[in-house]
Amino acid sequence: MVPLSYYLLLSGILFTCGVVGFLIKRNIITIFMSIELMLNGVNLSFVAFAAHWHALAGQVFVFFVMVVAAAEAAVGLAIIIAVYRTRETLNVDQVNLLKL
Amino acid sequence: MNPMLNLWLIPILPLAGAAINGFLGKKSSRRAVTTIALVFCGSAFAMALWVAMRFSSLSLPYQEYFAHWIRSGSFTVDFAFYLDQLSLVMLLVVTGVGFLIHIYSVGYMWDDPSYYRFFTYLNLFMFFMLTLVLANNYLVMFIGWEGVGLASYLLIGFWFTKDSAASAGKKAFIVNRVGDFGFMIALFLLIKHFGSLNFSQVFDAVKPLPVESAGTGLLTIVGILLMVGACGKSAQIPLYVWLPDAMEGPTPVSALIHAATMVTAGVYMVSRSHLIFERAPTALTVVAIIGTLTAFFAATIGIAQTDIKKVLAYSTVSQLGYMFMACGVGAFSAGIFHLMTHAFFKGLLFLAAGSVIHAVGGEQDMRKMGGLKSYIPWTFLTMGIATLAIAGIPPLAGFWSKDEILWKAYQVSPVYWAIGVLTAFITSFYMFRLLFMTFFGDYRGAHVDEHGRASHGAHGHGGPHESPWVMLAPLMILALLSLVGGLVGIGNRFEDFLAPAVGSTEGAEVASHATELLLMGISVAAAFAGWILAYVLYCQRPELPQKIAARLGSFYQAVVHKYYVDEIYAAVIVKPLIDGSSRILWQGVDRKIIDAAVNDAGHGAGHVSDEVRHMQSGNLRSYAGWIAAGFAVVIALMLWMGAGR
Amino acid sequence: MTLILFLAFGAVCVAGAVNLLAQRHPINSALSLIAVMAALAGEYLLLGAEFVAAVQVIVYAGAIMVLFVFVIMLLNAGEEELTKGSRVAILLGVPGVITGGLLTSWVVLRHSGTEAVPAGALPGPPAEIAQLLFHDFLLPFEVTSVLILIAILGAVVLASKPDEAERRFD
Repeated sequence: MVPLSYYLLLSGILFTCGVVGFLIKRNIITIFMSIELMLNGVNLSFVAFAAHWHALAGQVFVFFVMVVAAAEAAVGLAIIIAVYRTRETLNVDQVNLLKL
Repeated sequence: MNPMLNLWLIPILPLAGAAINGFLGKKSSRRAVTTIALVFCGSAFAMALWVAMRFSSLSLPYQEYFAHWIRSGSFTVDFAFYLDQLSLVMLLVVTGVGFLIHIYSVGYMWDDPSYYRFFTYLNLFMFFMLTLVLANNYLVMFIGWEGVGLASYLLIGFWFTKDSAASAGKKAFIVNRVGDFGFMIALFLLIKHFGSLNFSQVFDAVKPLPVESAGTGLLTIVGILLMVGACGKSAQIPLYVWLPDAMEGPTPVSALIHAATMVTAGVYMVSRSHLIFERAPTALTVVAIIGTLTAFFAATIGIAQTDIKKVLAYSTVSQLGYMFMACGVGAFSAGIFHLMTHAFFKGLLFLAAGSVIHAVGGEQDMRKMGGLKSYIPWTFLTMGIATLAIAGIPPLAGFWSKDEILWKAYQVSPVYWAIGVLTAFITSFYMFRLLFMTFFGDYRGAHVDEHGRASHGAHGHGGPHESPWVMLAPLMILALLSLVGGLVGIGNRFEDFLAPAVGSTEGAEVASHATELLLMGISVAAAFAGWILAYVLYCQRPELPQKIAARLGSFYQAVVHKYYVDEIYAAVIVKPLIDGSSRILWQGVDRKIIDAAVNDAGHGAGHVSDEVRHMQSGNLRSYAGWIAAGFAVVIALMLWMGAGR
Repeated sequence: MTLILFLAFGAVCVAGAVNLLAQRHPINSALSLIAVMAALAGEYLLLGAEFVAAVQVIVYAGAIMVLFVFVIMLLNAGEEELTKGSRVAILLGVPGVITGGLLTSWVVLRHSGTEAVPAGALPGPPAEIAQLLFHDFLLPFEVTSVLILIAILGAVVLASKPDEAERRFD
């Protein structure tokens, strides 16, 4: 018997790892993968609550999250490819033309 | 009841003249400007005469309402006029002498390029002065009071391109302002305690009040403050310093404003408020002391002046002192009597001096005049009459009025009388000195060609010459008035006439008739003594004055330099004010605090933005870092606010 | 029993997540992420969400991660260079997020008590999910399909070779 809070903690750990990865990593693709990690953590939290309250809507929401993540991954990677073509680099620190 | 006299026309006519000349005068011909100015001023005089003729049929005081002004709760002040014996005398003097001086100015200012501006200001002055004299409440009187100050400033600085003239105008206005401050506080006190500024209401409220002894009741304070205002306007100690400088203005201005009318406004105001002063003996004493001291002090300065107009200026200050001495001993009617005769002979003196100056082409230094009586006989004649009058030689006007004052002063305290007689002696002396230096002896001036101020154009024909008739006629009329004008005072007729308006000291006579004759004799002797002394020093033995001056050394220097009063004021009052203003207020407050606050706010914004700008680094990770930090802050805030209970 | 399974899958998740952070080459990170997703699918099964677990494996691990791997191979991404990018991110961000996470955990632990979630608690054959999806959530469903369409178009346009694009506009 697993308490709800354990699931939530796990979800929190995954989310935190995702954010930390976003902050630390320099490769744009790795940053993107951290974002996916964050989304996964959130999914877990949704499903855990759905099970806790016996509501199916949580699962449906996870379904939607996954769809959006897929669309976002597709477009995001396309952008990365486009940026790589002009900048010749995958290092996010070198894509800083918007500075003041 | 009373018929409608339309008193409002009397001030408004000169105002109309001023407006017409002011707006249209620049493009008009001299004749047009002259006509407008003389017609409007003359019609005011004609109306004044008409009012005088109907005077005996009026029930007094006659008040005429003109327009609404202030209605604030129970406090009401309107534009309204007040006529009683006092106003009538002032009215006739102001319009009469004013009209004569207007005529004179036509000749005197004919060659001036700003001819129209002069008459605009002169008519404007008449308007304000008549408002002052005819007002039925202190506030409208104050409008006139301030207005004549303004006109005086404009006219003193008429030749404003000259530095000294502009400064003199400023000085007059500013020193007047100091007096006006006292006047205004007095008005505030009147409003507070009597709820009104209308003469009838205030005086009705004051009449039942007891005489204040022991010095500091409400009426005493009001009286002293009113006197402060009068000191400013009527050039008494300590606010007289503007009057000698005011001689920078054209001579008709000096005659009208600084001899006959404006400077007498203070005397008029004090006389009008006689009910207040009669119940405040301390205030009266203050008035008397100031008047007496000023009379003596100014006379001593007059002895050593070499500029003809400056002598007359100090003489004016001195004679005003006599008027205040009279008011101060309770003889207000005597003060007004002297005001009237003084308007005649001092106005005449100034106009004649202007004629002299005109004759010698602009020179004002008496040391460069002399022997003019053969060149300008008419001027000499009229000026001689005026000198006799001011010296107090009977039976001319000055004798009657001055003697009345001395007699009344003696009854309050012989000290006033003694100083008065001494001053009369000095007055006679310096006036005859002026006469002898100017008209007798040899002509010491250079040829006219070399002098000639801008105001007189080119009188390039050699030698002094008589003035045109347009200038001589007013001189004659004023001379006639100086001869016979005093006769109205014989046998207390004038005093009885004015009694309903300013009270009377009839019953208070403490000395006998014989004493009166004795005192009369002494003052006449003093006048003759001054004449003889001047004759000796300036006609018979002209080398003596210099020797005496050398013997007196530094004392004489002090007198010549007017006892350094101007210098003292400059060092003690003006310099600290200017220094304080420039160092503390300008450098300190304005620059370092106010400007700095604004400038530093701007710079500060710049600096802050310089620092904050670094946040926009274009670096994705730092943006994410800030978001993460903000996330933590928000969570913490929410928990702190109790969301995580 | 459920607890042990939970802990096992949870450990794999956390290990995978940490490894994602620790690896320098993106392909290693990608493989760790696949491991995390697989473990998460196991967690979902424990909760009784079979449909979601299946979708997780098929879509997430099977399609999205494959896309990631393909892009890494396409761009020939190498090991990460250790450029010094932003002090703020490291000094301010990491402590910030860790603090936030700790605070949230504290809230969660305080309030959720020790009620257990029974294994396999969720009802449900997929029929019931389909019922929800196509009745109550029909609009979001349709909107997401439009979203996918747009994403496809966007990806094609963005990723296509530039010369092709230019030729198209001639």
